[in-house]
Amino acid sequence: MPDAVMRLWRGDVRGGAFREYRVPTEEGMVVLDVIHKIQATQAHDLAVRWNCKAGKCGSCSAEVNGRPRLMCMTRMNLFAAGEPITVAPIKTFPLIRDLVADVSFNYQVAKTIPAFRPGPGEPDGTFRMMQEDIDRGQEFHKCIECFLCQNVCHVIRDHPDNMPFFAGPRFFVRLAALEMHPMDEAARAEYLRLKAGLGFCNITKCCTEVCPEHIKITDNAIIPLKERVVSEHYDPIVWTWRKLTGRK
Amino acid sequence: MPASELTATATLRKDTWWLEPLLIVLGLGAFVVYTTWAALQGAHYEYKNYLSPFYSPTLKPSWWPFSPAILILWGPAGFRLTCYYYRKAYYRSFWWSPPACAVRDARSGYTGETGFPLILQNIHRYFFYVATAFLIFLWYDAIYAFVFDGRFGVGLGSVIMLVNVALLSMYSFSCHSCRHLCGGCLDRFSSSPLRYRLWRIVTTQNERHMLWAWLSLVSVALTDVFIRLLSMGIIRDVRFF
Repeated sequence: MPDAVMRLWRGDVRGGAFREYRVPTEEGMVVLDVIHKIQATQAHDLAVRWNCKAGKCGSCSAEVNGRPRLMCMTRMNLFAAGEPITVAPIKTFPLIRDLVADVSFNYQVAKTIPAFRPGPGEPDGTFRMMQEDIDRGQEFHKCIECFLCQNVCHVIRDHPDNMPFFAGPRFFVRLAALEMHPMDEAARAEYLRLKAGLGFCNITKCCTEVCPEHIKITDNAIIPLKERVVSEHYDPIVWTWRKLTGRK
Repeated sequence: MPASELTATATLRKDTWWLEPLLIVLGLGAFVVYTTWAALQGAHYEYKNYLSPFYSPTLKPSWWPFSPAILILWGPAGFRLTCYYYRKAYYRSFWWSPPACAVRDARSGYTGETGFPLILQNIHRYFFYVATAFLIFLWYDAIYAFVFDGRFGVGLGSVIMLVNVALLSMYSFSCHSCRHLCGGCLDRFSSSPLRYRLWRIVTTQNERHMLWAWLSLVSVALTDVFIRLLSMGIIRDVRFF
């Protein structure tokens, strides 16, 4: 097989540039394999975050030829032989070094999510759930927190000023899982509208396009949440009814 | 992060990311131009038992000097304008916000749908109700298209109008707001088995909402073109029986 031509971002907060490496490749390699080979043979100080190499830990997120991907799930035969392959760190979050970005913004957002609040349950102290009640939430639980959706979301990627007011797609998935949970009784519409900035999302579906777990983030989480917020805040009939009756 | 190749370029993508927005601009642009022209004509919108969907229901009050289409087209236009699929399409293609994934927004500031006028997108479900009311008229028109001089018959126009209203129905009832109202708003499906079943049916079609959006867009325009050409005497209808 011909050598792979890899253009890797090398640098830190002070600056950097793409540097080219030529690497012998073998059948079945993924981009992360090639990165490891470069690290082992040509650039021992290359910083790269990874863990499971199986698409389940969500650590090796990067931008390969400009597209947000997991490096461990991006096969080398996706690219034309000999074609230079650009690998850059995820762009939305502050760069630490080389291919590693600081994703702690997401952990700060996670702390603000109103927690699961179960209702009183059955008189016998249990809470019975049917399969159909929890099927919908299973999709949301597949999230591996790779933050590719957060990275590609233009609301914060191109407008970092919005970061304090926008939770991002990963957390809309989390909020959808909580909101649609049959036991949960917490009200999150106000949080979604005012704190999580659901209205910033213009449903251009990039989060769905890049999700390695194929979660239909926009159709199954964000839009249903938007509809719930509409029922709470923007429905003129409900609004008129509340004004007339004084009910909340 | 200091300015560098990493942050200075709009995108590092090498594929033809610009093709999809370009095709949407051409497709939606052509539809909007044609529909506006057809709606402003106020003529050649009916032929015997066929009525153009742009003019159904036909309201012709004496005080209205313009085309009757203007009085009604706000309904279906509002439904498409606030539709979750079309929002994605035109935000990407016309506003470049963003033009494609991991391609920089064209504008420096961004508030999404939090302020006027885009906050009005939240009334989509009311346009869904309006569009559903329009469907009743369109189904009546489609059935009436099979009645020739008081007797049942089938012409090419009858088939076109039937296909058109079927596609419009699929588009309307696969809508995200419809999905929410049918059962998506529930947390416990087991307590409402009928609504759960309905939600599952709508969900299967909601996954094809983009397809129905485009097919119905093309069919509604072609139906008008067909009836317009018949009315102008440029083509003749084909009667199957």
